[in-house]
Amino acid sequence: MADLRKSAAIVGVAESDEIGRVEKSNLQLHAEAAYNALEDAGLKMSDVNGLMTAGTSTINLGEYLGVNPTFTDTTAVGGSSFIIHIAHALAAINAGYCDTVLVTHGEAGRSARSRAGGNASDPGAQFETPYGFIGAPINYAMAARRYMHMYGERRVRQGMAEVAVATRKWAQLNPKAYMKDQPMSFDDYHNSRWIAEPFHLFDCCLVTDAGGAYVVTTPERARSLAKKPVWVLGAAEGHDHGIISQMKNLTRTWARYSGPAALQMAGVTHDDIDLAMIYDSFTYTVLATLESLGYCEPGEGPDFVANQRTAPGGDFAMNTSGGGLSYTHSGMYGMFLVLEAVRQLRGETGERQLDDPRLCLINGTGGSLSSTGTVVLGVD
Amino acid sequence: MTQAYNKPLPVPQAESDVYWQKAKEGELHLRFCNTTGKAYFYPRDISPYCFSKDTTWIKASGKATLYTYAIVHRAPHPGFMGDVPFVTALVELEEGPIMPTNIVIDDPSPENLIIGMPLEVVFDHVTDDIALPKFKPV
Repeated sequence: MADLRKSAAIVGVAESDEIGRVEKSNLQLHAEAAYNALEDAGLKMSDVNGLMTAGTSTINLGEYLGVNPTFTDTTAVGGSSFIIHIAHALAAINAGYCDTVLVTHGEAGRSARSRAGGNASDPGAQFETPYGFIGAPINYAMAARRYMHMYGERRVRQGMAEVAVATRKWAQLNPKAYMKDQPMSFDDYHNSRWIAEPFHLFDCCLVTDAGGAYVVTTPERARSLAKKPVWVLGAAEGHDHGIISQMKNLTRTWARYSGPAALQMAGVTHDDIDLAMIYDSFTYTVLATLESLGYCEPGEGPDFVANQRTAPGGDFAMNTSGGGLSYTHSGMYGMFLVLEAVRQLRGETGERQLDDPRLCLINGTGGSLSSTGTVVLGVD
Repeated sequence: MTQAYNKPLPVPQAESDVYWQKAKEGELHLRFCNTTGKAYFYPRDISPYCFSKDTTWIKASGKATLYTYAIVHRAPHPGFMGDVPFVTALVELEEGPIMPTNIVIDDPSPENLIIGMPLEVVFDHVTDDIALPKFKPV
């Protein structure tokens, strides 16, 4: 593959005007975030000629926003889609299809609780849904139970608790976090009610309303803008399966490929990374993802996160926004991983700001542990 | 059946008509790839192992072991409100494939759901047209 490092940069990021509980349509959340991200970049909608989203088709989005893109991409593989869109923007810009790509997300996950029903002919609708395999908690809980069986229930439970508590501490430093004012102790975690055992309530991500957007452009345009370019250094993607019963190893995600591939493309190693933004749909997702990415061996996730290592002040900075567990999670959270990564690399995150981070790894997971996208971002 | 069944129902497709018809007759049938010599789930005409069209149906023994499970406490759909807590599971069939199902068990708990425990198929005739293969401890 051609060396595409630093051949595109993220130059604008934003949420919708409000996130949390917002009685607005999905498209309005997309549009507000797009407006704010373009403002953050110092660009106009008329500069945009590449459009990407998931959750709705880009034809609906383009119409609503008033854009006629020369490159369009509705890659929709779950919450990881917005990480994968970075790779596709990089490819499209380098191929000359467009020079400025707008990627948006908007989902009233809380206010509009019903998600679109699947096609009756899809395998999931035929072979899983009739048994109550409905929604992510149940599907991921079965994977987590298998992981507990393989690696020991007590230590896995402790690892899941460590992730939940550490992530909540970060949220308390983020003014936009849904759980900013609600501290969580280990007892709070262990005493929270069962949703789908082995998942307690506090193993599960939030359900919020939120929009988010980012803008990717060429190095030339990026350097002409006021804010520091955040370079795309590595990007890889793919998927393992669609529905949970088809996942051959419930404890290894496709990050086993996309992680090493993105790092190799960037020419860096795990130890070079200053911040890991890991999709935390569930506490378990973090353990399986850290292992799949190669941060530790299979089954060592609970040890890796032990003793609040990922909390503020710990030696492994992870999910500094408060994550899907405690900041926001509208349904497809991947977008919000990108916002935090860019803001940390720019030094814009206030009380939770890391000390001069240069490299960030983002890993998005979508579907039922099905798809992943890994991206390495960096600043000069 | 005095009350209307209000859980989601499968809609059989051309590739799965045999599966659902046999289930109604109290038999579990699987697709089998003659090239690799392996059974697979869910049914599709072309083998997912090698993309060969040399495939057939086999009758499964109905024996399985528990591969993993969740005890569902929060109903994910109104149809399941009266069932909680209930058990969603992946079971490993004697013929090899993993399939999604429910475990039919009173008072589900981690103490009486042991991964690897032997199970056998039972058929839940939820409507006149559909029987769902489920599994119970042997």
